Amino acid sequence: MVADRTGQIGRNDILLFCTLRNEDVRLPYFLQYYRQLGVNHFLVVDNDSTDGGREYLAQQPDVSVWTTAHSYQKSRFGVDWLNWLQSRYGHDHWTLVVDPDEFFVYPFCDTRPIRALTDWLDASSIRSFGAMLLDMYPKGRIEETRYARAQDPLEIASWFDAGNYAITRNARFLNLWIQGGPRARAFFADKPKQAPALNKIPLVRWDRKYAYVSSTHMLLPRGLNLVYDEWGGEKASGVLLHTKFLNTLTLKAQEELERRQHYADSKEYKAYAAGLAGNTNLWCKWSEKYINWRQLEILGLMSKGNWA
Amino acid sequence: MLVHTALDRAEQVARHWVAGGCPVVIHVDRKVPRAIHDAFAARFADLPDVCFSPRHACEWGTWGIVAASQAAAEMMLARFPTVRHVYLSSGSCMPLRPVAELRRYLDARPTTDFIESATTADVPWTVGGLSEERFTLRFPFSWKRHRKLFDRYVDLQRKVGFRRRIPPGIVPHMGSQWWCLTRRTLSAILQDPDRKVYDRYFRKVWIPDESYFQTLSRLYAQSIESRSLTLSKFDFQGKPHIFYDDHLQLLRRSDCFVARKIWPQADLLYKTFLGDDAAAMKGTEPNPGKIDRIFAKAVERRTRGRPGLYMQSRFPRDNWENGVTSSPYSVFEGFTELFEDFEPWLARITGARVHGHLFAPHQVEFEGRQSTFNGALSDNALLRDYNGRAFLTNLIWNTRGERQCFQFGPGDSQFISWDIARDANAQISVISGAWAIPLFQSNRNFADLRTEAAMLQKIESEHLSALRSPWAKGRIRIWTLAEFVESPMEALQQVLDEVGIQEQRRLSEVPRMVDLTGFGQFLQNLKNQGMHPYLMGDFPVDPAPDNAQKPARKPYLVR
Repeated sequence: MVADRTGQIGRNDILLFCTLRNEDVRLPYFLQYYRQLGVNHFLVVDNDSTDGGREYLAQQPDVSVWTTAHSYQKSRFGVDWLNWLQSRYGHDHWTLVVDPDEFFVYPFCDTRPIRALTDWLDASSIRSFGAMLLDMYPKGRIEETRYARAQDPLEIASWFDAGNYAITRNARFLNLWIQGGPRARAFFADKPKQAPALNKIPLVRWDRKYAYVSSTHMLLPRGLNLVYDEWGGEKASGVLLHTKFLNTLTLKAQEELERRQHYADSKEYKAYAAGLAGNTNLWCKWSEKYINWRQLEILGLMSKGNWA
Repeated sequence: MLVHTALDRAEQVARHWVAGGCPVVIHVDRKVPRAIHDAFAARFADLPDVCFSPRHACEWGTWGIVAASQAAAEMMLARFPTVRHVYLSSGSCMPLRPVAELRRYLDARPTTDFIESATTADVPWTVGGLSEERFTLRFPFSWKRHRKLFDRYVDLQRKVGFRRRIPPGIVPHMGSQWWCLTRRTLSAILQDPDRKVYDRYFRKVWIPDESYFQTLSRLYAQSIESRSLTLSKFDFQGKPHIFYDDHLQLLRRSDCFVARKIWPQADLLYKTFLGDDAAAMKGTEPNPGKIDRIFAKAVERRTRGRPGLYMQSRFPRDNWENGVTSSPYSVFEGFTELFEDFEPWLARITGARVHGHLFAPHQVEFEGRQSTFNGALSDNALLRDYNGRAFLTNLIWNTRGERQCFQFGPGDSQFISWDIARDANAQISVISGAWAIPLFQSNRNFADLRTEAAMLQKIESEHLSALRSPWAKGRIRIWTLAEFVESPMEALQQVLDEVGIQEQRRLSEVPRMVDLTGFGQFLQNLKNQGMHPYLMGDFPVDPAPDNAQKPARKPYLVR
C-alpha cells in the first residue's frame, strides 16, 4: 500500500479501479478526464512502475495506490488484484474498471455527469453497463506521433473503424464476443480467430459476490453479461475509446515482449512488434474521424437505448 | 406534494409555490426516518402556508400513495378554505411557467377538473400486461419485491377464473396520477357516503394511484378535461423519464405548467425555472409535442431498435432482427457469366454501387477492387469468412442510403446462402446453370471441367433449395439459362424495374451477351461423359458436328 485514502470514500461514491505499469505520461490527462466525468475516488494497482507514475499518483488527493512486483500473468492479467480490491472497497458502489489508455464515453456524456447515468441505471434496475473497446489510431505512422504528458490523446489518435466488427454469442458466459477493427484488419487478417476481444462491461453496481472472469470482458454471475437485447431492441451502451496506438506503444511492445506477461503468450504484442517494425499505418481512406458520442451512436457503435 | 427523496429540492419547489401564492401540504413518505422528517419540517417554520399531512408508507403500485393523497387533500381543503383548485404534485415535479400563469389559467376555467381519465379498453400504457385485470384480480404481493409470487398469483387467479366484483355505480378509469381537481369534485370524492366501500375496493386494485381519483372523479365532475397539467412521460417499463440540464430548451418550448421527474442534480433547470427571473412563456396552451416525440422515439429504440444493426447492445436472436439487414440490396447470380460487361453496364443504368463477387474465395471484390470499403471493411477473404453474416450486414449497414448490388455464384463462399434467402431486403435474381459458361469458354482438360461442373451444380442446387424453401423471404426470381436466353430483354427489364432505373423507362442500352454457339454441344459432351447438367434447363443442342469437312454444295433453286 503506497497511499491509502480509502477512508474518504463516501457511501454513494463512484469508484474507478485501474491496474497499470509505467503509464506516468498518460496519468495527468487520465485523472483529469475521469474527475470531470464525476468519478469520486481512484483505486490503482501499480505493477512495479519505474517511471515515477506511482509517486505521482500517491500525491493525488483522490487516489489510493497499491503496488506489487508480482507477476501480471499469474494474477490473470490483473483481474485477481482488482477483484480483491473491488470486493473490499467496491461493494454497493458503482465501479468503473478501465485502463489508463481507455476513455469511457456514454450517451449524453458531454452534458450529463456519470452520476446521471448511474442514477438512471439504478432507477431502471440495471446492474451492469456495456462499453465496447474502440481502437483509436492516428493518421500516418504510429511511431511518428509525439504524445506529450497531459495531452488529450484523442488529439492524435482521433480515427477509428466504423463498421467492421463481427459478433458472436458466448453460450457459456452469455456475453457477446466482439472482434474486428483496425487490429483485426492489420495484425490478425490471416488469423481472425486470434484477434483481440473488444466487448467490455466496465461499469457495474458492484457486489462482493461478483467477479470479473477475464479482464472486463465478462463477469460472474452470468446475468451481468446480458448488456444486450435479444429481441430486436437496443439497450443503452457506451464506448471505451482505446488510445493505445501512439508512439508510446513501440517501446511498450518491446518491453512487454521481454516480460512475456500478457495474454496468450503475448501474441498481441508480438504482432504489434512485427507490425510496428514495418511502420504500420492503421489509417485507411474509410477511417472515420472522431467527433463525439452522438456520432458513435448514429454509426451504431453505441446506443442511447431508452435513455432520453 | 408527495415527497420521499431529494428533500432539498422539494423544499426549493415548495417555497416556489408559496411565493406564487399557493399554500402547500407536504406528505413525506413514512419510510423517511422520523429525525430527517422533523428536521425537514422545521425548515418551513417561517412559512405558515406550508403544513405536513399524516404519513403513509408509499410503495410503488400500492394503496399507500392514494391514502397519502387523500390525507393531504383533506388537510388542504380544511385548512385553506379559499383554495379552489388542488394540484397533486411530487418533490421531483417542477413548475416550468410562473405560478401566476397557472393561476390565471385555472381562474379562467373555475369548474374544470384536469385529470387524465380513460376506460381500460382505451389505454396502451399497461405494465406487466395488466389493464382490465387491475380491477378484477387481487394483488396481495409486492410487484417490486416479490415479482415471482405476484406473477404466480395472477396466473392462478386467471386459471381458476377468479374475478373481483367492481362496486356498483363505478366504471374503472385510468390515467396519470398527477391531477388538478376543483374543491367541488375533490370534496365530493372525499366525503362520499360510500367512500368506505370504494376505499376497500381500491385498496386491492393494482396501481390504485392511477385509477382511484381517475374513476371517482367521473361520478362528480362537472367538466373533465382528460389530460394532466403535469408533463410526465413513461418509458417502456412504466418508469418516468427524467429531465436533465440538456432538456432546458425543450422544456422551455413545451409551454407545460409542471414537469416531472427532474433529476435532483439538474442545477441549471432548477436555477432557470425556479429563479426570480423565470421568463413567462408566450403560449397559453401546453404543447408537449416535441418532448412526446423524443420519448416515444426512445421507447421505440429500446423495443424495436434499428433494423439491420448488430452491435454490443443489440444482438437479436434469429428471426427477431426485425430485418436481417438495414436496407434493400440486389444479388445477381449468373449475370456476369452471361453478359460480357454486366457490372459497368448495371452501374451506369441504375446508379447503384455495383460490386463483383463479394464472396469470391480468395478476395472480396469490392467495387473498383478497392482494398477497403465503407466502415473500413477489409477485402481479406479470411476475415470475411470468419463471420460471413456480419460482413454482409455490416456492408449494408455501412452504406445506408445507397443501394448495393453484388454478384454471387456457386464458386463463392456459401456462408450467406441462407441469410440472403431469409432476408426480405434481398432482391435475388438467378440465372441457374450460367456457371457452365466460363467452363465452356475455358481451355482446360475436359476431365477437370467435368469434375468442376458437377461440384458447381451441386452447390448451386443447394443454394436454390434455400431460395425455394418456405423460409425464404427475399424477392427472388430464378430463370434457367435456357429460359433467360430465350427472352433476355424481358427478364432484364423485370429485374431492373425493382432495382429502380435512374433515367429511362425502357432499356435503350443492353449489355452484350457472350457467344453461345456450341454451348449446347458442350452440355451434350458433359452428358456423354456421364455428368448430368440440368440447372441450365433444356438448352437447344446444335447439330452434332461432323468430323469430316463437308464439301461446299452449290446452292440450287427450286423452280
